[in-house]
Amino acid sequence: MAQYRYDGYKRPKNTKKTLFHLLSYLGHHKWLFLLVGILVFISTGASLMGTYLLKPVINRFIMPGDMKGLVEAVIGMGIMYLCGALATLGYNQLMIKSAQTVVQEIRRDLFVHVQKLPLKYFDAHTHGELMSRFTNDVDTVQEAMNNSFAMIIQSFLTLTGTVVMMMVLSVRLSLIVVVFLVLMFAFIRFNGSRSRKYFQRQQAELGRINGFVEEMMAGQKVEKVFNHEKKDFENFCVLNENLRRESTSALAYTGMQVPTVVSLSYLNYAVSACAGGLFTLAGLMDLGSLASYLVYVRQSAMPLNQFTQQVNLLMTALAGAERIFDLMEAEPEVDEGDVTLCNVKEENGNLAETAERTGCFAWKVPDEKGAGASLVPLKGDVRFEQVVFGYVPEKKILNGISLYAKPGQKIAFVGSTGAGKTTIINLINRFYEIQAGTITYDGIDIRRIKKDDLRHSLAMVIQETHLFTGTIADNIRYGKLDATDEEIREAARIASADSFIRRLPDGYDTMLHSDGSNLSQGQRQLLAIARAAVARPPVLILDEATSSIDTRTERLIEKGMDAIMDGRTVFVIAHRLSTVRNSKAIMVLEQGEIIERGDHESLLEQKGRYYQLYTGQFELE
Amino acid sequence: MLIRLFSYMKQYKKYAVLAMICITAEGILELLVPLIMADLVDVGVASGDTAYIYEKGAQMVVCAVIALILGVGSARFAALAGQGLGAELRRAEYEKLQHFSFSNIDHFRTSSLVTRLTSDVTNIQNTVSMGMRPFCRGPVMLVAATGIAFSINHTLAVVFFIALPILAAALFVITMKVRPLYSRMQGAIDTVNRIIQENLTAIRVVKACVRGDHEIAKFEEGNQELRTQSETAFRLAALNMPAMQFVMYGTILGILLYGGELIQIGNMQIGDLTGFLSYVLQILNSLMMISNVFLMMTRSIASGERIMEVIDEKIDITDEQAKDIEVERGDISFEHVWFKYKKDAKEYVLSDINLRIQAGQTVGIIGQTGSAKSTLVQLIPRLYETEQGAVKIDGIPVQEYPMEHLRDAIAMVLQKNTLFSGSLLANLKWGREDASMEEVEEVCRIACVDEFLERLPEGYDTEMGQGGVNVSGGQKQRICIARALLKKPKVLILDDSTSAVDTATERKIRERLAEYLPFMTKIIIAQRISSVRDADQIVILDDGKISDIGTHEELLERSEIYQQIYDSQKEGVEL
Repeated sequence: MAQYRYDGYKRPKNTKKTLFHLLSYLGHHKWLFLLVGILVFISTGASLMGTYLLKPVINRFIMPGDMKGLVEAVIGMGIMYLCGALATLGYNQLMIKSAQTVVQEIRRDLFVHVQKLPLKYFDAHTHGELMSRFTNDVDTVQEAMNNSFAMIIQSFLTLTGTVVMMMVLSVRLSLIVVVFLVLMFAFIRFNGSRSRKYFQRQQAELGRINGFVEEMMAGQKVEKVFNHEKKDFENFCVLNENLRRESTSALAYTGMQVPTVVSLSYLNYAVSACAGGLFTLAGLMDLGSLASYLVYVRQSAMPLNQFTQQVNLLMTALAGAERIFDLMEAEPEVDEGDVTLCNVKEENGNLAETAERTGCFAWKVPDEKGAGASLVPLKGDVRFEQVVFGYVPEKKILNGISLYAKPGQKIAFVGSTGAGKTTIINLINRFYEIQAGTITYDGIDIRRIKKDDLRHSLAMVIQETHLFTGTIADNIRYGKLDATDEEIREAARIASADSFIRRLPDGYDTMLHSDGSNLSQGQRQLLAIARAAVARPPVLILDEATSSIDTRTERLIEKGMDAIMDGRTVFVIAHRLSTVRNSKAIMVLEQGEIIERGDHESLLEQKGRYYQLYTGQFELE
Repeated sequence: MLIRLFSYMKQYKKYAVLAMICITAEGILELLVPLIMADLVDVGVASGDTAYIYEKGAQMVVCAVIALILGVGSARFAALAGQGLGAELRRAEYEKLQHFSFSNIDHFRTSSLVTRLTSDVTNIQNTVSMGMRPFCRGPVMLVAATGIAFSINHTLAVVFFIALPILAAALFVITMKVRPLYSRMQGAIDTVNRIIQENLTAIRVVKACVRGDHEIAKFEEGNQELRTQSETAFRLAALNMPAMQFVMYGTILGILLYGGELIQIGNMQIGDLTGFLSYVLQILNSLMMISNVFLMMTRSIASGERIMEVIDEKIDITDEQAKDIEVERGDISFEHVWFKYKKDAKEYVLSDINLRIQAGQTVGIIGQTGSAKSTLVQLIPRLYETEQGAVKIDGIPVQEYPMEHLRDAIAMVLQKNTLFSGSLLANLKWGREDASMEEVEEVCRIACVDEFLERLPEGYDTEMGQGGVNVSGGQKQRICIARALLKKPKVLILDDSTSAVDTATERKIRERLAEYLPFMTKIIIAQRISSVRDADQIVILDDGKISDIGTHEELLERSEIYQQIYDSQKEGVEL
């Protein structure tokens, strides 16, 4: 959130491209927009004509007292006005309807695209930044579509119409108006760029204060425990005052525009009136024309003002749209896999694909020719061969790692923060792509496996537990959407979560809010484990999944999980050695390389790094 | 509601008044200019008096210049008033927030509090800054133009009497109806934002569970709802414009017809008719402006209500019973303490806790996940309030200590700890600004921070970054302990705060604590038996109740739970 609207007031870089992209959305509703255009034209026309017709009606009917003619003329004008007002009604409603449809489509496409982005993208961009695409940027687009679109056409037509009318009345006098219009336009441009500068500063200050508030909210307990409220309040006041100063300037400059243009139009009015008066005296113009000319002069400032304001809004909207489309064009995760996962059952010693949930899985590997497919039973045999990887290519995290996880075994990784434990896991499920070497899964290169199916075969419980708004049961069900209530309870029991859940106000139906803030760290981890337990995956990955859980409960969970994971592969990452002690193979990682491997006893015998860790002579960092 | 909101304007009120004066004056000028103009044309041009034309022209120029000054002034004053109000609101909200207890915060939820502090305030300040002009001009124009219209011809003003109520009624109905629609729309926006936010933070879970389609379906539901709600709201609000046009056009036609007839009878001049027309249009226009302001206000009133909810929230942990006393020694006792987080929760989180800790003692607390260990210690510095029973320090209930003194005397190192952006030194001094360098060095020695200090790139000046990314988990925990010690507390609470520190270093910290700070009461929550085995007493919590209290040896002998924990950690190597 820190970047909240930082860049909100910049101009789009590639206006044309963005405009075309946006128009392609409108393209789905071409006819609607055409209709809107026509209706705007009618509405503006009616309003212009109305003003224009007043004079002839007065001159022709009221002056000579032709009441019948007057009634007829009024009826005629009435029909025209009615059309105009109906057209306004029509285009307003249509515009909002289509704007909302387009905005909904943009939001959906954006969300769908975000789902497809690789994790790399989320590492490089803050949540606040992405969030701001959905909120601020979509909002400005919506705002512009709701109003600006029609208003720009309308004010442009009005302005042109007014100028044309003035030209008709007196070309020479119109020159004065044109000069003033250019002056006003120049002022608006100048003032616009100046206020934009202050707006940017205001946004920066706003970002700063948002960042401060978020940091303080995150650390509120610490703040209270240290009695730091007063000091923070002082800091807040400083930021608050800065924001107030900048935003006052920004709004003062924006607010200046309308009154200044109005004053310029008075000047224009005064000059035109004097000049017109002199012209009339010189016999170049008649009194009636002068009067109606001056009416137009008065009217000319407003559409100009409106036009420039709306164009500014449109520019902001385009800048927003550009950021939206940039995100939509970000490279999605590559997925060229053709190997899929399927349920199988054994028939006369052969594997056969079935639609039932058998709990047995196999990889369906298409033949080279693409004719048939062979079934490879899923065992959980994972091999790394000379794998090289770095989150940024220059900085290698894994340096030619080779490892082999025997199916059905429990494999553990131990090592310091940054040694590459989590990275290995992230590579198995292809959160990231390796730079060199190969990873095979049951003998199949994981790049050949369809990503969704690959990930379906692995259940992960990660360091950071994330819960969703919804009930406890919903959160556990996230692991298997069609799980029955009984399955959920069973999973909770395995994860030792059942007892604390039952003590919550509404048991399994207790609502969780904002990432489960009312649960302790340990309880959240228990729920995450239950989520994995309900999924009953062929391969399970526990990445520091029990770090906040006491060793005794951990033991209970371990027993439960061992029962359901019997004969399946489990990967465990932990700081705490008691967590990994029972693993068949323990790998000690240091700086992207495996320095020791073996089971607990053999590692202790080696008296190497593992032994040092275990006896507390060495601290993991 | 509005009056309450505006009462926060305080010292910026004068700017609001100045802005109103400027706008009003400007409005009057705007009415004056056409009058001068009429004189110029009717008198000057008609009589061919060039000097008169110049004179009137000059008057208009003067008007324009004054209007310019007033206009710029009004913009500046309106901005000052609006942004000033915003700043004051934010300040008041933040100040209140500082006093919030955790149950107060839970009541609103953190994310909602951030929005209430930021975008809701922005809404209001912008409404004031930008709405001030139409809000003041509207009525001025309305009154002045009505007056002039009447003075021109009061018979014709009848038309106006029909039109005005119709328009006013229409705008009123629209504004009233749109109000609940806006709040429903806001609700839909909140839902959609929440879904996106959760999806972004939990993207790894979503991807690992392959729940993209599920998330998209969830999002689409919210998205559809948002579209429906905003379409309804905006469509209704957009009726403003056509309604205005209908009435305006109707009025023009009515005036033409009726005016024509009046002229026929000879009750009116043609010039009056045109003048009248333009004033009536002026009036309807100002009505339109006023209704727009109301639409704007409707949206910001919703924000105002959200802000006032924060300011009006009743704070449940206060200094009401405080006397002017300070913690002397650090004896702690729990007497029949019962606690639950929510009043309506069925079961207690802590039940009937009885515990005595003498000053200078070291007490270990151990128990399984969810057994309320952290909850128990958080009652001591009054982060939460007991439901029944009393927590006493030196025999006096904690409620009777002023909160500031109480929390100064108790240092707590939390399970989920935070370092703030700033240097290591700034983070250490966070609890006590005026600590000397010697004191800092001493606590760093006690907490074993000195061991890795030299390896940090810039020593004490190393930037800790947001959340302290530059140090490992174990180092971070040691920094947090040092930070707590610098406060020179009477009571130190370590809530699972050495979990990432290796056992050898942990032992060193324990020994130094005992050596350097023998009179400080130490309460240690831990997972590892090794962290608490030397404690004077060890408390075993189970399901919110005290299962047993004793020394390591005693418990090993008689407590089944303790034995199980011990067994789960002991295998392989003798601790």
